[in-house]
Amino acid sequence: MNRLINISPSPHVAGEYSVKKIMYGVVLALLPALAASVYFFGTGAIIVTLVSIASCVAFEYLIQKFIIKTTPKISDGSAILTGLLLAFNVPSNLPIWIIIIGALISIGVGKMSFGGLGQNPFNPALVGRVFLLISFPVQMTSWPKPLGFLTGYTDAVTGPTALGKLKEGIMNGETVSNIMQDIPSHMEAFYGHMGGSMGEISALALILGFAFMLYRKIITWHIPVILVGTVFAFTGILHFANPEQFAHPVFHILTGGVMLGAIFMATDMVTSPMNPKGMIIFAVGIGVITVLIRSFGAYPEGISFAILIMNAFVPIINKYVKPSRFGEEVKNGQ
Amino acid sequence: MLKTFKKGGVHPAENKLSANSAITMAELPKIATIPLGQHIGAPATPLVKKGDVVKVGQIVAQSSGFVSANIHSSVSGTVAKVEDTLDSTGFKRPAIIINVEGDDWLEEIDQSKDIKKEISLSAEDIKKSVQNAGIVGLGGATFPTHIKLSPPPGKTAEVLILNGVECEPYLTADHRLMLEKGEEMVIGTKILMKALGVNKAFIGIENNKPDAIKHLSDICKNYEGVEVTPLKVKYPQGGEKQLIKAVINREVPSGTLPIEVGAVVHNVGTAFAVYEAVQKNKPLIERVVTITGKSVKTPSNFMVRIGTPTIQLIEAAGGVPDDTGKMVSGGPMMGKAISSVDVPITKGSSGVLIFNNTEARRREVEPCIRCGKCVSVCPMGLEPYILMTFAEKQMWEETETESAMDCIECGSCMFTCPADRPLLDYIRLGKTTVGKIIRSRNQ
Amino acid sequence: MSITIVYTIVSLGALGLLAAIILYFVAQKFKVIEDPRIDETEGMLPGANCGGCGFPGCRGFAEALVKADNISKLNCPVSDAAGMVAIANYLGHEAVKATPKVAVVRCNGTCENRQKTNNYDGATLCTIESALYAGDTGCSYGCLGHGECVDACAFDAMYMDADTGLPVIIEDKCVACGACVAACPKDIIELRNAGPKSRRIFVSCINEDKGGVARKACKVACIGCGKCVKVCPFEAITLVNNLAYIDYNKCKLCRKCVLECPTAAIHELNFPPKKAPAPKPEVVAENKGTDEKKA
Repeated sequence: MNRLINISPSPHVAGEYSVKKIMYGVVLALLPALAASVYFFGTGAIIVTLVSIASCVAFEYLIQKFIIKTTPKISDGSAILTGLLLAFNVPSNLPIWIIIIGALISIGVGKMSFGGLGQNPFNPALVGRVFLLISFPVQMTSWPKPLGFLTGYTDAVTGPTALGKLKEGIMNGETVSNIMQDIPSHMEAFYGHMGGSMGEISALALILGFAFMLYRKIITWHIPVILVGTVFAFTGILHFANPEQFAHPVFHILTGGVMLGAIFMATDMVTSPMNPKGMIIFAVGIGVITVLIRSFGAYPEGISFAILIMNAFVPIINKYVKPSRFGEEVKNGQ
Repeated sequence: MLKTFKKGGVHPAENKLSANSAITMAELPKIATIPLGQHIGAPATPLVKKGDVVKVGQIVAQSSGFVSANIHSSVSGTVAKVEDTLDSTGFKRPAIIINVEGDDWLEEIDQSKDIKKEISLSAEDIKKSVQNAGIVGLGGATFPTHIKLSPPPGKTAEVLILNGVECEPYLTADHRLMLEKGEEMVIGTKILMKALGVNKAFIGIENNKPDAIKHLSDICKNYEGVEVTPLKVKYPQGGEKQLIKAVINREVPSGTLPIEVGAVVHNVGTAFAVYEAVQKNKPLIERVVTITGKSVKTPSNFMVRIGTPTIQLIEAAGGVPDDTGKMVSGGPMMGKAISSVDVPITKGSSGVLIFNNTEARRREVEPCIRCGKCVSVCPMGLEPYILMTFAEKQMWEETETESAMDCIECGSCMFTCPADRPLLDYIRLGKTTVGKIIRSRNQ
Repeated sequence: MSITIVYTIVSLGALGLLAAIILYFVAQKFKVIEDPRIDETEGMLPGANCGGCGFPGCRGFAEALVKADNISKLNCPVSDAAGMVAIANYLGHEAVKATPKVAVVRCNGTCENRQKTNNYDGATLCTIESALYAGDTGCSYGCLGHGECVDACAFDAMYMDADTGLPVIIEDKCVACGACVAACPKDIIELRNAGPKSRRIFVSCINEDKGGVARKACKVACIGCGKCVKVCPFEAITLVNNLAYIDYNKCKLCRKCVLECPTAAIHELNFPPKKAPAPKPEVVAENKGTDEKKA
């Protein structure tokens, strides 16, 4: 024995998780939704996704190398994930230069300005998305119709989303039952045969991804289930109070970004609370704000704003909502 | 549904490599190094000096306070010196060093293998005899057993729980002892029950040891009030508070001892030691030690005299593997990496685990991604990430209000952390500092 | 249109006036009467808030100075002597000149002198390592080299030498605030009298092991032989627990012990080279220069 043996405090073994595994696990879970998107929107979806991922990774590398001056760590997969999520949140015919601006805002403002991975209070992809939505409202709301796989990038035919039609109709004084006639059925919405942001259309694909992440124990069930449940319950109450003014709850959870937001955006580890109790408060908050924006606000869709607003509350939730300590439940039977 | 504790917990790979290797007697060492501090509390005061001749079982150091324990010579020979020696704690501490000559036992020790079932001593005499024998908790915490046998005034024990969980991966010392000395152990349990005045005892065993569960259940049929409780495999079930929660579903309140909920927990190894002390008059001079690791040639379990150098046991298990990167005294989750192969086996050494070069290294630390996994696996319901941050920023008041002192240092948080952050290192720092602050405040 | 502007100005002006009146009375009501000398004294202090005086920041120290009847025990290590004299004069006390001090690292266990026996792989913080292990070398007293002292220094007066693995104190910048002394879990750093011309002699070792053990662990350990104790004409050196200690108040810097020490554990600082009978003029000038800076 002439080699130095290591000494270190316990524990001496580590589990199977790693940051990389988690990040790539989420990327894997997003693949069904990507496939659905390509299936419905064609080449545009592929171009948007690749540009978004490439520019996010590039910006992360450049910022780490030249501005923060650390060793770039793009291999941890977090930039890839941000890029993928950003792509999922924009229409599939978005001009490339707008995507690149979105990526710069996502990575530069949303993530790196706070200190990089783990430090950002807001979901970077959503920061980029909301920035684009406010800056380029026309391009960001020209939703291509789901014309199938063979649609080219530029020849997409655009039309409003289901939620957009609903909002517009209600503003013009139409009743929900009238509007519903030219809106995709619940089944179509479940498969994803409707217009919308690239990744949000197919609830089925997103739920597949959710099941995968639950199986791999990347996330817990709390946020997605509670969030969707809150949206369902709240819109349900509104619907039964006035069915001509407010749409059916199933319509609400299947259209727009609720599924994508609940499963992939709100569950972003960095920007969600640390313990189940906090997660429940967080998810309920997002659900309520989403429905408020959808039903009473100016925008047809509100989940991005809702998540960003609740992101801001996460530190305070973490501070005041504590897991129950061992020993709090006193003796059994007392 | 098997019983287990509710909150948190992890399931590290079990790797019980030595589960099928029977306990063998280790050779007598040539030089025995017997540290004076082998237990929690004040180190014992030496009773021998250089040149004294000692016999096996002779008391060589006396308990020096309320929380302290006697220490007996595990070998016969001449005392070479009393000197500061590096032991498994990582520090140099006083130890009695004995040159071994022959194997000459004290006459009053009954060395026969016969099982003596009759418990003739009274409760008080049992406590005295346990105290004299220098028995400490053999699970690893090494808390003097006689103190646990005398509940503080106003508290009464209702139930005795025997800890046969052995939730640490790799270790099999308790497992083998349950299989090979089951009857003695159950008699030991009856002795402990008599001393405590309780009439119910549970032996908690994790379900990955079905042979031990079956063996002990069969024996327990002949002993009234002793019952085996199979438990679901989950770390850290061997933690006192977790075990009580799992077996009798009571939660020990923060900052109190198990006696608060009427429970007393002893390790199965301690029960065997108690049997030997009370029935055979044999003090605690040997224990079962597992030598294991993926690179070890023959992972084995040895009955070892206290004070035997670790290297001797590793040699007996096939020698130190060439690619050794780390050696751990105890299990991989809570054990302590030893800095030298010469450190002696003490009362608290349940095993020596050898890691190869790749296993020995910690992975690179990455930034916290706030995944919350540490919070969800903490068996005490704490938030390790925030405790680490507070300790890093030296915010001791906040560390205290976040219940850092409740941490049982099981290491589940660090085990599970995807970013491989040194959570427990910093929490320990927080605990020691907060402990000092609390003590100075109480003065 | 214009009437709207007038209304706006009038109403906002009235609101402002009202707020001003309220604020005035509130300020009167809650006025804290404070000794104006505290502000003045605080202005004379360096404002580093290092805590070297033992008070929470310069303001706390200024309060203590103003309140105290006798300030001879209160000293700001960061202020130069003149600064403290000025404060004492201002507060009407007799000026007591404190001996300037400087921090010294009492360990010379460089990577070369003190071979590693293990490789520490835990969190790199001295307090964490020292709580669990005696260190990853044979010496259980020496520097662990994670640099907590350097982190604690608010004056950039320390750095870790990458070659030796030991902290180095930049004497010109050290103000002897004691932050490093408090930060070191091994108690290696000591504040010692800066000495005339910054010349100091000290035992650069705190190993209390017996000679053989200490020597085996580190080439330059104090082995407790006691030769220095015998050779010292001023009884400045004591030998406790196999470790020599030089009392800086008694030491007259004769340097006999330095020559006597068999392991070169006794260090001399800022002395001119020994062999030369007369010190080179430029060295003296250099030393004088630093000396003047300190005074």
